[in-house]
Amino acid sequence: MSTMGGLSQMKLAVNFLTIGLVILSLPCGSYTEIPPKPPGSVTVLPPVKPAGGPQAFPDAENSNLPVFTMDYARIQVPFEVTLWVLLASFAKIGFHVYHKITFWVPESCLLISIGLIVGAIMHSVHEEPPAVLSYNVFFLFMLPPIVLESGYFMPTRPFFENVGTVLWFAVVGTLWNSIGIGMSLYAVCQIEAFEVQDINLQENMLFAAIISAVDPVAVLSVFEDVSVNEQLYIVVFGECLFNDAVTVVLYNMFIFVADMPVVEPVDVFLGVARFFVVGLGGMGFGVIFGFVASFTTRFTSNVREIEPLFIFMYSYLAYLVAELFSISSIMAIVTCALTMKYYVEENVSQRSCTTIRHVVKMLGTISETLIFFFLGVVTITTEHEWNWGYIMFTLLLALVWRGLGVLVLTQIINPFRTIPFNFKDQFILGYGGLRGAISFALVFTLPDSIGRKKLFLTTTICMIMFTVFIQGISIRPLIEFINVRRTNRNLETINVEIHSRLIEHTIAGVEDLCGQWSHYYWKDKFLKFNNRILRKILIRDNRAESSIVALYKKLELQNAMEILDTVSGDINAGSSIVSLHEEKKGSGKPKRKFVAADLMNMHDILSKNMYKIRQRTTAYTTKHSLPNDSRTKEILIRRHTSIRRSLRPGSFNGPNEAKSQKYFSLPPGKSLDSKFPPQRLRHTGNDDDETMSEMDYTSARSRFNQPSRSSSRAMLPLRRLNTLKEVPSSSVVDLVDEMSGGRGAWGRGMSRLNSSSSDSRIPAPRRHHDPSNGPDNGSSGDHGSGDNGPEGEQQPLSPTPAWAAEPGDRDDSGTQKPLLRPQWKTRKP
Amino acid sequence: MYLSVLDSRQSLFCSSVSFEQIGILHKRFKQLSHNEDTLRRDDLNTIPDLSCNPIRTQIIEAFFDKRNFHQNGEGTVQEISFEEFLVVMSHFRPPALDMTEEQREIIRREKLRFLFNMHDTDNDGTITLEEYRHVVEELLSRSGALGKETAKGIADAAMLEVASISMGHMEPDEFYEGITFEHFLKILKDIEIETRMNIRFLNMDTTNLCK
Repeated sequence: MSTMGGLSQMKLAVNFLTIGLVILSLPCGSYTEIPPKPPGSVTVLPPVKPAGGPQAFPDAENSNLPVFTMDYARIQVPFEVTLWVLLASFAKIGFHVYHKITFWVPESCLLISIGLIVGAIMHSVHEEPPAVLSYNVFFLFMLPPIVLESGYFMPTRPFFENVGTVLWFAVVGTLWNSIGIGMSLYAVCQIEAFEVQDINLQENMLFAAIISAVDPVAVLSVFEDVSVNEQLYIVVFGECLFNDAVTVVLYNMFIFVADMPVVEPVDVFLGVARFFVVGLGGMGFGVIFGFVASFTTRFTSNVREIEPLFIFMYSYLAYLVAELFSISSIMAIVTCALTMKYYVEENVSQRSCTTIRHVVKMLGTISETLIFFFLGVVTITTEHEWNWGYIMFTLLLALVWRGLGVLVLTQIINPFRTIPFNFKDQFILGYGGLRGAISFALVFTLPDSIGRKKLFLTTTICMIMFTVFIQGISIRPLIEFINVRRTNRNLETINVEIHSRLIEHTIAGVEDLCGQWSHYYWKDKFLKFNNRILRKILIRDNRAESSIVALYKKLELQNAMEILDTVSGDINAGSSIVSLHEEKKGSGKPKRKFVAADLMNMHDILSKNMYKIRQRTTAYTTKHSLPNDSRTKEILIRRHTSIRRSLRPGSFNGPNEAKSQKYFSLPPGKSLDSKFPPQRLRHTGNDDDETMSEMDYTSARSRFNQPSRSSSRAMLPLRRLNTLKEVPSSSVVDLVDEMSGGRGAWGRGMSRLNSSSSDSRIPAPRRHHDPSNGPDNGSSGDHGSGDNGPEGEQQPLSPTPAWAAEPGDRDDSGTQKPLLRPQWKTRKP
Repeated sequence: MYLSVLDSRQSLFCSSVSFEQIGILHKRFKQLSHNEDTLRRDDLNTIPDLSCNPIRTQIIEAFFDKRNFHQNGEGTVQEISFEEFLVVMSHFRPPALDMTEEQREIIRREKLRFLFNMHDTDNDGTITLEEYRHVVEELLSRSGALGKETAKGIADAAMLEVASISMGHMEPDEFYEGITFEHFLKILKDIEIETRMNIRFLNMDTTNLCK
């Protein structure tokens, strides 16, 4: 049932989008004179103004000043590109309206489907898709973001642990596939019945190189969801990244070769030599630019606004320079990203770091989305050459060679691996060889000199459709069915970090001891080199830092920042640009009361009292979701004794008093709902934003021991004040109902809202309070009534149970804060 | 001759390590012990490659720890034979390709026990805060200008974490006295130690290359 609902929702969204597009694209047809293009030509529309067209500034000879002019030709290209990007982005929004669709059907399938629908509509109105995807546009603008994204979010540790296997599969595997498929396709072409004898060997090889680029975006996201084992994941990830590089090299080589009438044996050797020059040269450029970028960010502390820009510009520069020398630009940008990531992220500010990640993700996603979307459109609108024999054989051969390749290559690599791939892994590895955006873009941008370009395009589209739809959809059930070994990736506890380091050091030590080498040995040596030389040059604050300390600091900082965010509420929740300014101006702003001393104090308290573990950015970020820094998997720890220690009078002096106490935020107990009376929360929820500005007021008051205003995030571990007698909860409800009628219900709703938001945002030290113990029990109201007789008479005045500092804390700390609102008129015992 | 002394545990080790590799290990053993039959602490202390390792003492100590030889061993020895050397090394054997879940679990426990013993210096079955602090201090000792305070803070935080994971809710006045092996298993449940704590023994003779 729900699936149906989701589908109809989807359909609605799709219909809306397509209608929108058609409406938008109709004027394009009627107002502009797009020169009729020969089918298959893929030139960028020149953004020049056609002579004689309407102009923004009317000529003198026009006697009358035109009241309304339109100059569509001038804006056409950027305008249409914007619309396409927007449409693709809308499609993405649409998918996530109902998340079960993306669970079962990969996003690339949905994008292609929507592209198909849009294409069908365009076809029916005889509209041409914008011919923006040319060779240059693809290689200079669309490809760099995609590979930059993969390179930047490459999980570094597993990658270097498996670097041999990754390169083995990416380089040798791709060569194997290209040569194998190319040769056997050439053999197939000799069969007369298919009528494709005119495709020569070079062209077959070119085509084979194109379709051996695997692009398993869909597989990777499934892998993340079911968390398959790390080795398998990284091999698929790395393969898809580096085989793009190999494919592009092969592609360029074969395009060159395809024009040559005769291929001499020496050309083969030259080709091999070129292959290495191109690959290693790309790496070299990448490393150089990576280091330069890191070095630059050493000095950007005063220009935080443009800090992220350096990262993009240097990566892009690496890419372009590599293109200039026609060496592998993909290798260049990937190595550049890998090299600089570590140093840059330590140099730049937290916010710049987030910005960099966001933008890298965003650009990569958009690029890929556009290509898939475009694939769908082109499938319908382009002219096809159907040759079923050739298509079927390509599909078959691609599958067979992929399978064989994985089997053979794993047999060779397994003896060198510490953890060999078992048969299940191999199967998934072979089955996960989806073709995708790169293949399509490469074939779409083939030069027209290739005779059978249309056939190649058709075959590639079939190949992509087949693998993306059939394999992409079936891989999730398949993984679950054959039960591939899995790895838990949510390892964000400090113990795990400590022990990971401990294991690494132990292994490095034992290897030293028994004279063995492995990557731990090299890692050890690299770390030493890194700490002694590289970090000194590239990082501003160059104290070598263990990863344990880094994690610890990070957690602590996150903690502090979160509290800052929470406390200052709306002030800080604004856009990052605002905070960028504030960061520059320092903390002198009147609204932000935190000065450095406060922050230090906060840190101090945090490190003493509570320690909250948060999830670090997961190494495996979903290809299409942003790395989420703020996802909180919280393990909240609080020790009563340490709290007590920190609450001693000495620890809070002067105006810091009230602020510091804020951080022992939520009261104990399971939820605010059950512990806080609704009415109180309703009030406090309303004046939430006042609390910051009233900070001084609050502290001044509290020093005089008056009942102070408290924010909804109460300061002390709260408990019901013993001194107040409480009515049984039922009568509270009655009272509330009697007194305020509908207001009570509203208050409860409010409180629920409030509590849920504070639950998620406040790092609350929690202590479980059993509702059935102690005199502070709300439901058995008679409990405290006997000895607190005098207070009983307050009941009619304030039906809500009062809250106050925990007696234990109060007693030994003396920082007694009956956190009560003034109007409640509580008396101290 | 050194092959005659293999007991059952070593035969497990041998299933993943070839005789040539054991031969190479034996050569290394002889090289370290200066052609003696037994290895002493000083022999290991003088390995130059090891000198930069922050937890060098713990690693060397592990080789002389009787708990790593037998199930019920206790205390330390002054010198070890090649047989014992191999037994200690057997903690680092890589997992076989086709392992049942029980075997995997056994290997997990064995490897984790090795780590646990590295922490638990006084062999009382728990890692106390003091012991934990010590290890963390050592771990961080190579990473520059870090006070003992930081190490202490981290160890404390880690300890609190263990307490919260393994004990769940604690009464305010309760005291968590140390990590038992069961808790240790629990906190490192996700770390997949069988795939990480292993050494691939090469067929290459490295004796003349290693210092």
